[in-house]
Amino acid sequence: MSDRGITIADLPDVPENPAALRVRSYWQTVRYRLRYDYVTLFFLAVLALVLMTALLAPELAPFDPTKTSTINRMKPIGYRDFLLGTDELGRDMLSRLLWGGRASLTMGCGPVALATLIGGFLGIVAGFIGGRVNMAIMRIMDVFYAFPSVLLAVAISGILGGGMANGMIALTLVFIPPICRVAESATTQVRNLDFVEAARASGAPALSLILHHVLGNVLAPIFIYASSLVSVSILLASGLSFLGLGVAPPTADWGLMLSTLRAALYVQPLVCALPGAAILIVSLSFNLVSDGLRRAMDVKA
Amino acid sequence: MTQTLQTASPAAGPDGQAAARDRGGTAQPMLIANHLKKYFALRSGMLGGRAGEVKAVDDVSFSVRKGETLGIVGESGCGKSTLARLLMHLIPMDEGEMIFDGDPVGTPSGLTLRELRRDLQMVFQDSYSSLNPRLPVQDSIAYGPRVHGMDRISARDLARGMLDKVGLRPDLFGARYPHELSGGQRQRINIARALALSPRMLILDEAVSALDKSVEAQVLNLLRHLKRDFNLTYLFISHDLAVVRHVSDRVLVMYLGQIVEIGPVDAIYDAPRHPYSKALLDSRLALDPGERIDEAPITGDPPNPANPPSGCRFRTRCPFAESVCSTTMPTLGDEGPDAHLVACHMMAPGSGHSRAAGRTGAQPCPVPAL
Repeated sequence: MSDRGITIADLPDVPENPAALRVRSYWQTVRYRLRYDYVTLFFLAVLALVLMTALLAPELAPFDPTKTSTINRMKPIGYRDFLLGTDELGRDMLSRLLWGGRASLTMGCGPVALATLIGGFLGIVAGFIGGRVNMAIMRIMDVFYAFPSVLLAVAISGILGGGMANGMIALTLVFIPPICRVAESATTQVRNLDFVEAARASGAPALSLILHHVLGNVLAPIFIYASSLVSVSILLASGLSFLGLGVAPPTADWGLMLSTLRAALYVQPLVCALPGAAILIVSLSFNLVSDGLRRAMDVKA
Repeated sequence: MTQTLQTASPAAGPDGQAAARDRGGTAQPMLIANHLKKYFALRSGMLGGRAGEVKAVDDVSFSVRKGETLGIVGESGCGKSTLARLLMHLIPMDEGEMIFDGDPVGTPSGLTLRELRRDLQMVFQDSYSSLNPRLPVQDSIAYGPRVHGMDRISARDLARGMLDKVGLRPDLFGARYPHELSGGQRQRINIARALALSPRMLILDEAVSALDKSVEAQVLNLLRHLKRDFNLTYLFISHDLAVVRHVSDRVLVMYLGQIVEIGPVDAIYDAPRHPYSKALLDSRLALDPGERIDEAPITGDPPNPANPPSGCRFRTRCPFAESVCSTTMPTLGDEGPDAHLVACHMMAPGSGHSRAAGRTGAQPCPVPAL
């Protein structure tokens, strides 16, 4: 620049406060914030416990979850060796709850994980490319959106038939549109920011832009939203089993147990409530943990 | 570190190295823009029917000489930023060509976009949104060189070297995130990021407008030092007329997507020849309370760029508008890079404007009788 007119004196930088110089990486910040969020930590521990018991079900379960006994039907909580009573076919409730956790957690996390991959990919592509591609992808999603999620899950698994795999496919299809929409709106927002323009101005190809600049900024909202869907997925899976569409008997599943036990509601109400309580605890934990994660992952707060 | 910098950025090296990149010679302008046009389609309805177009940049031609600073001024919405994005090829141009140091851009025989982007970089106005909030700033700076094939270690060294160049200590600031920095520091990072590819020309799109005055002065000084050290050419876009006068060698005045006047900075500031330039300069506030401005020299909003006035685009707000102004569009003419050019009928002898009669062409804009 030419020296002309007024000259501006060289101003030194304001001296830095040495205490403010500690630098934390993004994940360090998240961990630091989570450390003092006792509610989230507590429910994280609950989830870890449930996961452990489900994984170790063969070790922990006192009885075979599918072994029936005509004599020991509908026994109350604490009857002889049956810590949590027995169901309408005389099967040990504790064993069935432990084994049922496997099916329910699989049905809770599996479809959400799959839908996050597929829906997230579609949403990021739609948001980043925009225009007609966006229009095509999002309008297809809207078609799925038009149905209530429960109805859609029932309809799809009704067409595909019962069984755990088909139930997972049905739930995955149900969760793709909302995740896709979250990914799309987050990507559209980020794409229009100057730093993506600036990166593009440095000659970066589209894939590199998405990987280095878009993904990091849209992953948090997608991840947080998906974690809140896990509880919904468990409930929907229970609903499917309840209708005889998800997990087939005699496999233990919380939703299925709730369904078959409802006939015994007047005989042993407490025993009947156990699978429901398990679903409640897990979905509540997932919701609260996802809330906590959202708070912790929110940068610049 | 100096060693790394020199190998990585030839522009910073001795003159011999800088000359190696100077393909066209000193007389060749760094950048020539010929008849650039960008019309944005206005869409309406669900199916996106074309309802019209906004002539954001309409037939703009100019050149930037090597080593100079060309200032671009004009009110909001006149197409300054669109022009910057067109030159960066961030948005496709509808018509026109761009020649960078003698090589046409985007043609089979000329420069590829990738090559252009090594040589031409841009600093954006919003220092915060132009940095990735999830990347430590040194990674943001290193990103460009990485894209162009530099390995991770040298890119990081280069980034830390650039931080030093813009006056930020790499060990203190390198690992920080954008939200941990002040506006001035962030804009320094943005400048470092733009310079990391060792460009020969920098487009500064309102780069200091969002900073407070003391920080603005620091950044302007930094830009001046960098220009000298790296042998840069600047295209300085701003609405701050005082800053433009301070930094520019030549000034280009835009109105509604077109150039109305272009010329050496002192010629335009001391004797503006287009009524719009005059009005724009008159709307600067004087530091002397005795020279208070009671009435705005120019009032109203610019006309709708989707439906610009016929003939001269400024005629709806011009105190001298006559019938010729609504029928014929005044032209800027083309008399070489140093000429003081103006697109106004009053300055063109024989145009049919009553004030044009008998003019020789080099007189300032008349003062309107208020």
